[in-house]
Amino acid sequence: MTTTEKGQLVTANRLRDGIAVFLTRTGSWSETIDEAALALEPQAAAALESRAKDAEKANLVTGSYLIDAERREGRVRAALIRERMRTLGPTVRLDLGKQAEGTAGAFAASEGV
Amino acid sequence: MYRYDEFDHQFVRERTRQFRDQAERRMKGELTEDEFRPLRLMNGLYLQLHAYMLRVAVPYGTLSGKQMRALAFIADKWDKGYGHFTTRQNIQYNWIKLEDTADILGALADVEMHAIQTSGNCIRNVTTDHWAGAAADEIADPRPVGELLRQWSSLHPEFSYLPRKFKIAVTGAPHDRAAVKVHDIGLRLHKNDKSETGWEVIVGGGQGRTPIIGVTVRDFLPEHELVGYLEAIMRVYNLYGRRDNKYKARIKILVHELGAEKFKSEVEAEYARKPQASTEVEERELARIAAYFAAPQFDKLPRWSASFEEAKLANPAFARWARNNLGAHKIDGYTIVNISLKPEGGIPGDATGEQMRLMADLAEKYSHDELRISHAQNIVLPHVKKDDAFTIWQGLDAAGLSTANYGLAGDIIACPGLDYCALATARSIPISQAISRKFANLDRQEEIGPIKINISGCINACGHHHVGHIGILGLDKKGEEYYQITLGGSSAENASIGSILGPGFAGHEVADAIETILDTYLKLRAPGEEFLAAYARVGAKPFKEALYATA
Repeated sequence: MTTTEKGQLVTANRLRDGIAVFLTRTGSWSETIDEAALALEPQAAAALESRAKDAEKANLVTGSYLIDAERREGRVRAALIRERMRTLGPTVRLDLGKQAEGTAGAFAASEGV
Repeated sequence: MYRYDEFDHQFVRERTRQFRDQAERRMKGELTEDEFRPLRLMNGLYLQLHAYMLRVAVPYGTLSGKQMRALAFIADKWDKGYGHFTTRQNIQYNWIKLEDTADILGALADVEMHAIQTSGNCIRNVTTDHWAGAAADEIADPRPVGELLRQWSSLHPEFSYLPRKFKIAVTGAPHDRAAVKVHDIGLRLHKNDKSETGWEVIVGGGQGRTPIIGVTVRDFLPEHELVGYLEAIMRVYNLYGRRDNKYKARIKILVHELGAEKFKSEVEAEYARKPQASTEVEERELARIAAYFAAPQFDKLPRWSASFEEAKLANPAFARWARNNLGAHKIDGYTIVNISLKPEGGIPGDATGEQMRLMADLAEKYSHDELRISHAQNIVLPHVKKDDAFTIWQGLDAAGLSTANYGLAGDIIACPGLDYCALATARSIPISQAISRKFANLDRQEEIGPIKINISGCINACGHHHVGHIGILGLDKKGEEYYQITLGGSSAENASIGSILGPGFAGHEVADAIETILDTYLKLRAPGEEFLAAYARVGAKPFKEALYATA
C-alpha cells in the first residue's frame, strides 16, 4: 500500500544563476524537488526555514520560502501549479529547463490545453 | 535614425561598471538581497520562475541591423538561443545568470543599448507607433518627441521614485497604433485647419487590475510646451499619487478619484506656477533631436511595381502575405513589411538568434538598416521597396517567418504567463497556441478579417486583454487555471475596455469558445462589418447565447 505524506518544503532561487532549487535533508540545495526534505510538522518546517535563512546569509540562495507539497512513492509534488512549473520548466518548451535536464518533478504541470 | 549622443555613451558605460561592482558585491555577500533588488531592477534584471530575466529597452521599438545582431548574440551566448519581444516594444531574455549580467550589459552598451528604466517606479521606455516615420496616414514622425521625453525623463531625480511605474506612448498618426488612450500619458498629434500641429495630452489611462480609458487634459499643446506641461502632470502625480497602496498608486486612480476636471485644474495651476525659469524647449534643440530621425534617402519610384504585381500573380502564398502583412508607406513605390512572430502553434513574440540575424540582414539590405518592434510582438521592416518584397518574403519563408496572419486571428498577443512569469496566475502561451492551431487555415482567418485576440496570464494585463477585441484573462480558481473572456475592447483611437462575457472556461475549452464566438460573428455580421463594429451593433447577447445556452 502506498502512503502519501503531506507537508512543507523550502524552495529558493540559486543566487548566481537564479535556478529554482529545493532544500535537502543534508542542508544542500538540489534542482530536483524529489530530493527535498519534506517537513511533516510545523516545528520541522520552521527548522527548514531557519536553515534556508542561513543559506541566504551565506549567499547561496535568495528568496527562500515554504511551500505545501506531498510525497508519494518517493516522488514529491508541489500543491500549487506555480510551484510545479518551477520544478519543470516552461510547458511550451519541453526542450528547456529541468524537464529537459532530467531534474524534473514527476508530474505534468496540470492538464494540457 | 535614432542614435545615442556622447552623454548617453558615457552614462551607459558608467552604469554598466557600477552594476558589475554591485553584482560582485552581492555575490560576495556585501550586499543583501533587499539592498540589491532595487539596483538590479533599475537595470532590468528580474527574478522569475526558472531563472533571472533581463528586459532590454528598445526605445520607440527602433533598432538597427547591428543592434538586432547584438540581441541575437546575447540570445545565443548567454541565454538559450532565443528572446521574447514584449508588448512594451522591448525584448526579454528568460534564462539569464546574475554572474553574466554585467557582461551582457557591456555587450548592449557596445551597440548603444541598455536595460535602464525597464523596471521600477520611474518613467519607463517611451513607446510609439511601430510604423513611425513610414506610415502613409502619419502627420509627423512621433519619435523625436519620444526622444525628447526620454532625454528629459532618464534618471530625472524628481521622477525616479514615483508612487508607481509610469508609461508614456506617442502617436503621430490619426489611426492610433500605439494605444495612447491606455497609457499613464498618451500623446496624439493633430493638425488644425491652418496646417499647424499640436499634441493632444491624454492622462490616466491604463490596463492592469483597474482598466481605464485616459482623459484628454489638453487638445492642442504646442510641441515646445510639452516638457513643461508633462512636468506639471508629473508633479501633481508625485504630490497626490497614493503611496500607501500599490494597487491604487497609478496616476489613473488619482485622475479617477480627483475627477478629471479637478485633476486638470491642479495640473494647470502647477503649469502656470512655472517654478523654473523656462521649461520651453528651444526650436534649435527640437531640430537637433528631429535630425536623429531624419527620413532615409528614398528613391523616386513609381507607385506601381511591375515585379511586385507579377510575383503576386505567380505565387499565391506570396500574394496572401502581401495582402495581409504589408502596410501603406508614405512614399510611392515603398511598403511596410510586417513580420509575424506568430507562426501556427508558435509562441507569440519569440524569435531565435538565427531568426534575429536573418531579420537584421534583411533590414540592412532592404530597409535602410531599420527594424521596429511592435507592441503586438511582431517585427517591422519600415522602409522596403515593393520591388524587393518578394525577395524578402523568400528569405523570411526559409526562416519560418512568413506567416501571413498579420492582424488576423492567428496574430495573438500573449504575455509569457505562468510558463515563465513569477506573477502569473495561469498560462497564456498554451492558450494562444491552441487558438492559433484551431484557426490554422489562413482562408478562414481572412474570411474572419481583422481581429485582435489578446491573452494575459494575470490581472496585471501585460497581454493587453482588456483592449483585445476578444480578451482572455487567465486566473487561478482553487488551484486550477481558468480563463475569463471579454469582448469589445480596443486600443485604437476608439479605445474601449472589453466586457466580461460570462462564466470562465477551463484551459482546454478556450479555443472552442473562441471558435463559437467567431462563428457567431460570421453568421450575424453585415457585409464588410468588422468584428468590433458587429459587437457594437448587436451587443453581447448573441455571443452569450451561443456560448452558454447549450451548456
